[in-house]
Amino acid sequence: MNFTFQGKRISGVLTVVPANEKQFIEEMKNFDFPEARSLKLKEVMGYDKRRMVAGDVCVSDLAVFGMQNLFERKLLAPEDIDALLLTTQTPDYLMPPTSNIIQGRLGLKRDMLCLDINQACAGFVLGLIQAFMLLEQPSVRKVVLINADVLSRKASPRDRNIYPLIGDAAAITIVERDEDDSPIHASVKMDGSQHAALIIPAGGMRLPSSAETAKLENVGDRNLRSKDHLFMDGSAIFNFVQTEVPPLIEELLAAAGKSADSIDYFLCHQPNRFMLQKLADKMKIPHRKMPHNVVESFGNTSGSTIPMALALNFNGDLLKHQRQVCLAGFGAGLSWAAMLLRLGNLSFCEMIDYP
Amino acid sequence: MKTVAEILQEIRPEFDFSASNDFMADGMLDSFDMVTLVSSLDKNYGISIQGTDIVPENFQNLETITGLLRKCGVQA
Repeated sequence: MNFTFQGKRISGVLTVVPANEKQFIEEMKNFDFPEARSLKLKEVMGYDKRRMVAGDVCVSDLAVFGMQNLFERKLLAPEDIDALLLTTQTPDYLMPPTSNIIQGRLGLKRDMLCLDINQACAGFVLGLIQAFMLLEQPSVRKVVLINADVLSRKASPRDRNIYPLIGDAAAITIVERDEDDSPIHASVKMDGSQHAALIIPAGGMRLPSSAETAKLENVGDRNLRSKDHLFMDGSAIFNFVQTEVPPLIEELLAAAGKSADSIDYFLCHQPNRFMLQKLADKMKIPHRKMPHNVVESFGNTSGSTIPMALALNFNGDLLKHQRQVCLAGFGAGLSWAAMLLRLGNLSFCEMIDYP
Repeated sequence: MKTVAEILQEIRPEFDFSASNDFMADGMLDSFDMVTLVSSLDKNYGISIQGTDIVPENFQNLETITGLLRKCGVQA
């Protein structure tokens, strides 16, 4: 499904990462796996460092901390926010919506819209599409999109397939109207028939959490995991990404009448270095145009890896210049989405630590 | 330049790969070993094996791996 928008822009990005840093090399002993093979995996997949919340820190804690930082520095006025969108797979509660909790903790006005979007690694592009659609309404002038997850709390420390990858973060993106009416093109695809490839099996109504679902099971390859934990069929997800993402981007470029060469940066969701390098090779995109350093230094933080890449790599550049970028996210659902837009002249583009 | 057999031996030195016709089924390679193997083959032969070709069927035994390399223009 294709979308086009005009007269909208991203005006600022603030990402929040927990100060608590873990080194893969120190965590290797958690896995029943030879050290030499772990080191080889570190090199190929780009496992190095990641940030994890400590204790019971929730999505709303990271989000409120980031929003208060923006208020204190007068980079965002609370009364200007007409909608707060939260894209997360790890809400504070099953109900109420965590976006309402954030609104309440921040004391925001009541005459606004709060909405949780249950999407994961495609969540930045999907959230932007939702924000742009809201901005079509005369009453909506500024939307705050928050992509936040604390998925490390749902990863088994004894599961080598998942645990070394996962990081926690929140990204706050300010979206508003713009006089520049450069077109924004987006495309979205969904395939719910493959929903079990990336899933937390227990904890919802289908399989409520219980003592039984909390039991660690040997799931092969010397990994231990319970049904309360995050599961990923790594091979299926890898093949899904390699098969589906290149044509999605190619079709979007064709619809927008642009060539791959005309794109300054391809900012893809960052699951691991190997997957991104193979994606870049398949699309014949120079590796320097597709950064993969978020996952190496912060872990796979789900829907926030794209804004994290902006803050990590282009914070100075995007304050002064405009770039033509292609964003692409893909993951649980399965969902995959891409967007072409001009990005730049931002008011802020930063990363801060949550203590 | 190393041979495919030498690369496999480096990744899992404890196994005799010439004795198996199905590395995955015989528990000699798992999905992460497959990723490590692709990375080593890419570097060794100066190629980039396509992501869509990284499926267990292509890494079943020495014959299927050399078949994949031939597809990438390498005579291994």
